[in-house]
Amino acid sequence: MGIHDLTPASIRPSRRAFLTGAGLVIGMTLAPKGFARAEDLGAIQADVQNEAAAAFNAFVRIAPDSTVTVLSKHIEFGQGPYTGLTTLVAEELDADWSQMRVEAAPADDDIYKNLAFGLQGTGGSTAIANSYEQMRKAGATARAMLVAAAADEWGVPSEEIAVSNGTISHKASGKSSDFGSLASKAATMDVPSEPALKDPKNFVLIGKDRPKLDTPAKVDGTAIFTLDIQLDGMLVAVVAHPEHFGATVARFDDTRARQVPGVVDVKQIPQGIAVYGENTFAALKGRSMLDVEWDLSQAETRSSEEIFEDYIARAKSDEAIEAANQGDVAANLNQDGLRTIEATMRFPFLAHAPMEPLDAVLVRREDGSIDCYNGAQFPGQDKAAISDVCGVDPANVRVNTQYAGGSFGRRAQFGSPYMREAAEVFKASGMTRPVKHMWTREDDIRGGFYRPIYVHTLKGALDAEGNIVAWDQAIVGQSIMNKDDIDSTSVEGASDSPYQIENRRVMSVNTGLPVPILWWRSVGHTHTAFAVETFLDQLLEEGGKDPVEGRLALLPKGSRERGVLVKVAEMAGFKGGTPPEGRAWGVAVHKSFSTYVAEIAEVSIGEDGGPTVHRVWCAVDCGVAVNPNIIKAQMEGGIGYGLGAILYDEIALGEGGGVVQSNFHDYRSLRISEMPEVQVAVIASSQPPTGVGEPGVPPIGPAVANAWRRLTGQAVERLPIVPARSAGA
Amino acid sequence: MVSFTLNGQERSFDGDPDTPLLWVIRDAEKLTGTKYGCGIAQCGACTVHVDGMTRRSCITPVSTLEGSSVTTIEGLEGPEAKAVQAAWTAIDVPQCGYCQSGQIMSAVSLLQMNPTPSDADIDGAMAGNICRCATYQRIRQAIHDASDTMEG
Repeated sequence: MGIHDLTPASIRPSRRAFLTGAGLVIGMTLAPKGFARAEDLGAIQADVQNEAAAAFNAFVRIAPDSTVTVLSKHIEFGQGPYTGLTTLVAEELDADWSQMRVEAAPADDDIYKNLAFGLQGTGGSTAIANSYEQMRKAGATARAMLVAAAADEWGVPSEEIAVSNGTISHKASGKSSDFGSLASKAATMDVPSEPALKDPKNFVLIGKDRPKLDTPAKVDGTAIFTLDIQLDGMLVAVVAHPEHFGATVARFDDTRARQVPGVVDVKQIPQGIAVYGENTFAALKGRSMLDVEWDLSQAETRSSEEIFEDYIARAKSDEAIEAANQGDVAANLNQDGLRTIEATMRFPFLAHAPMEPLDAVLVRREDGSIDCYNGAQFPGQDKAAISDVCGVDPANVRVNTQYAGGSFGRRAQFGSPYMREAAEVFKASGMTRPVKHMWTREDDIRGGFYRPIYVHTLKGALDAEGNIVAWDQAIVGQSIMNKDDIDSTSVEGASDSPYQIENRRVMSVNTGLPVPILWWRSVGHTHTAFAVETFLDQLLEEGGKDPVEGRLALLPKGSRERGVLVKVAEMAGFKGGTPPEGRAWGVAVHKSFSTYVAEIAEVSIGEDGGPTVHRVWCAVDCGVAVNPNIIKAQMEGGIGYGLGAILYDEIALGEGGGVVQSNFHDYRSLRISEMPEVQVAVIASSQPPTGVGEPGVPPIGPAVANAWRRLTGQAVERLPIVPARSAGA
Repeated sequence: MVSFTLNGQERSFDGDPDTPLLWVIRDAEKLTGTKYGCGIAQCGACTVHVDGMTRRSCITPVSTLEGSSVTTIEGLEGPEAKAVQAAWTAIDVPQCGYCQSGQIMSAVSLLQMNPTPSDADIDGAMAGNICRCATYQRIRQAIHDASDTMEG
C-alpha cells in the first residue's frame, strides 16, 4: 500500500488538459468477494486527471470544490451504468447526490476489467452485477481515507467521526468539513484493505429512483457522441463494402470519385475501398461514384431460404451433439396412446441497427501516439486492434470512450473487426490528418455481424391427461463463439430450461457460413425463449392446461420464475379475468443473465392483418434493485426492441446471396404508434443484483406469439410475424 | 452561395449546393446536436425546424433554403421547448440519447400546433422519429406532461 509518483501514459486520457502536477498512484486491492482471484488482486493504479482533483483509487476522484467524479469502467449507451455505478460509490461514500459526476474510464484491461469477463468490456447485462461490491468498496475506501484525514487534522479518534450527505463532522468538538477541503490530504492516507460496507438496511441511495446523470445533456443536444467529434483538419472517410459476405475487391476505378469536389483521396484497404473527403457529403458522394468489381469466389452466394432448408435437413443429422438429455426421449415419444405435436421454427438474421452507426475518430499526436474516440464496448480490444494495424505500441494508443448511440451487442467484438477497418482507413490515409471513419445506415444494415439464422425442430408428447411426457428439440445455427462442441450461446435458455419434464432432450448442430455473426441483445435467448415458450404454450393448450397454472405446475417450488409469473398474472388480472373483446393474452416467462422476467401481452388482429399489441405487463426479479426507474426503463425498452424485431425484422440474403434490406424503410423499427402500454413491477429482493439491459427482450416474442395463436389458431413458426411489412410492402 | 438564418444568425454556404442541410449544420456550422441516422428521411434523428415546421435535414438540399429560417436543438426556445425539455428530464426519457434531439424537435413542433394532443395525435406527429431504445412510452408521457404544464 504505497503512494508513488508516476503516471502511466497508457491510462492517461488525453481529452482533458491536465497533468500539470505529479500523478498519484495508490496501490490497493479492490476485488469483490466471489470474484476475488489472485490475478485480480494486483495494484490498482490511478492518476490525477485534472490539476487539482485527488485520486482515491482508480474509480474515485474528489476535487477541491467537493465534486466527486466516478470513472466508469462501463460505457453508457442507454442502460444506465453511469448513474448506477455512481450511485454505488456515492452510497458508501455518504456523498450528497448533487456533488456526484461521472466520466468514462480510460482503456485498461487490467485496472478496469469487467470482473465477469476478465477484460474491460460492457455486455451480458453485467455492469451492475460485477460492479456492485467493487464500486461500493471504492466509495467506502475513499470515505475511510477522508475520515482518517479528518481525524488527523482535528486530533480526534476516527471512530467518532460521522459522514453524511457530503459532510464530515465530529460532534464533540463541533468540527465539520466538506470533502473538498480534506481531499488532497485524504488521498495520501493509508488505503484500508477491507473497508466495511453498509448493511443494506442502511442504504440511503441504493433502491431509490435517481435522476440519470446523462439525461440533461441528452435533452439539450450537448451530449457528444463519436460522430460529433470535430478536430482541426479532420477528414471524413467512408468505405465501399462488398454486397456479398466473403467477397473481395477484384478491381476498381476511382476516376469519377476523385472528380467530386472535396474528395481528397481514395485507397484500397482489406475491407473495401476507402474514400476520404474534406466533409461528410464529399466522402459520401465520392463513394457513390466508385466503380468496383468484386471477386465472389469465396463469398456466400446462397439465399436465406437455401440456408433454412439446409439447416432443417441437418437438424436430424448425425452432426447433432447433445446439449441436454434427461430420461428416455425416444422411448417416450413413441409410446401408444400419446399425442405428439411437432414444429419447425425459422429465425432470420437480425441486424442490431443502433441509432448511431459504427464510427471512430483517429488522430496521431506529435509524439507518434494515437488517440481514438469511439463508443468502445471492448476498449482493450479496440486499443489492440489500432496498435496492431497502425504499428504503434499499445502503450501509445489511447481509447477515449464516448457516449454511444445504442449498441445492443454490435460494438462488442473480440478482435474488434470494425476498429480494424477504421484503423486501416486511418493508416492508408498516411495518418497525417485526423480521420473520422463512419458507417452509413446502409453499411450498418448490410454489414453483417448479425444475430445468426437458427432453425429449431421440436417434438412433444402428451399423455391422456394432457401432461407433457417428452420433449425433443434440436437447434441448428452458427456458433457465435466459433465452437466445434456445445456453444452455450446457441442453446442457453433451452438446454437449461427450468421446466420439469421427465424426458427431455436438446440437441445442437453448429453450422459454418461466411456470414459474420454476433450476439444480439439477449444472445441465445432471442430464439431459445421463443421456441421453448411458444411450443410449451401450445402443448399446454393442447393438453387443456391453463398457460399460467400449467407453467407453475412444471416449475420447481421456490423458483424465482414462479415469483415473476405469479406477479405478472396478478397484474394482468389473469386468473378469472378475460381480455377485452377481440383480444387475447399471451404469457411467457424466461430467465436470462440471472434475471427473471415474465410478460403477458394483450394482442388483437390489426387493420393490416398482423398483430397489434395493446398492453404488456412485465414482472422482473433482478435481485437488489439499485435504481428501480432504470430497471423499469430497461424493461420498457427491451420489450419495444424485441417487439419490433419479432413483428417486422429480417435480414434476408436474396437469390445469389446479396443482402436484400438496406435501411429503415425495409428493416423496420418499432415506431411510437406500435408501442404498447407497458406496466412493470420490480420484485423486492435481497439477492445480489443482476442485469437488466437484455432480460426484458426474450419473453416479449413468445408472449405475443402465444396471444396470436390463441387469437387466430395459427402457431408462429417463422419470424418475423409480419413478413410483408418487413419487406416494405 | 446560399444564405439563410440559422438559430437567429445570418449564415451562408458556398459549398456543393446538393449538400443536405444536415451536413451543413454538422460539418460547416459545427452544430452537432442534430444527428445522422439513416440519410433517407426514415428515422427523424436529423429533424430541425425550417420556417417553423419540422423538416428532415438529411434529405433537404441546402440550395432550397435561400432566405429560410432554420432552427436546431441548439437554438430551440419558447414555452413549448421549455416545457418539453423539462418534461423529458423529469421522467428520464433518454436512454442512449442519440435520437432525442430529433424527438424533441418533433414534440415541440407538435405542441406549437396542438397544445393538447391526444395519444393518436402524438402517434401521428411522432411516428417519423425512430428510437431504437424504444423510449416511446416515456416520450408519450412527457408530451402529455409538457402539455399539462403549459396549460397550468
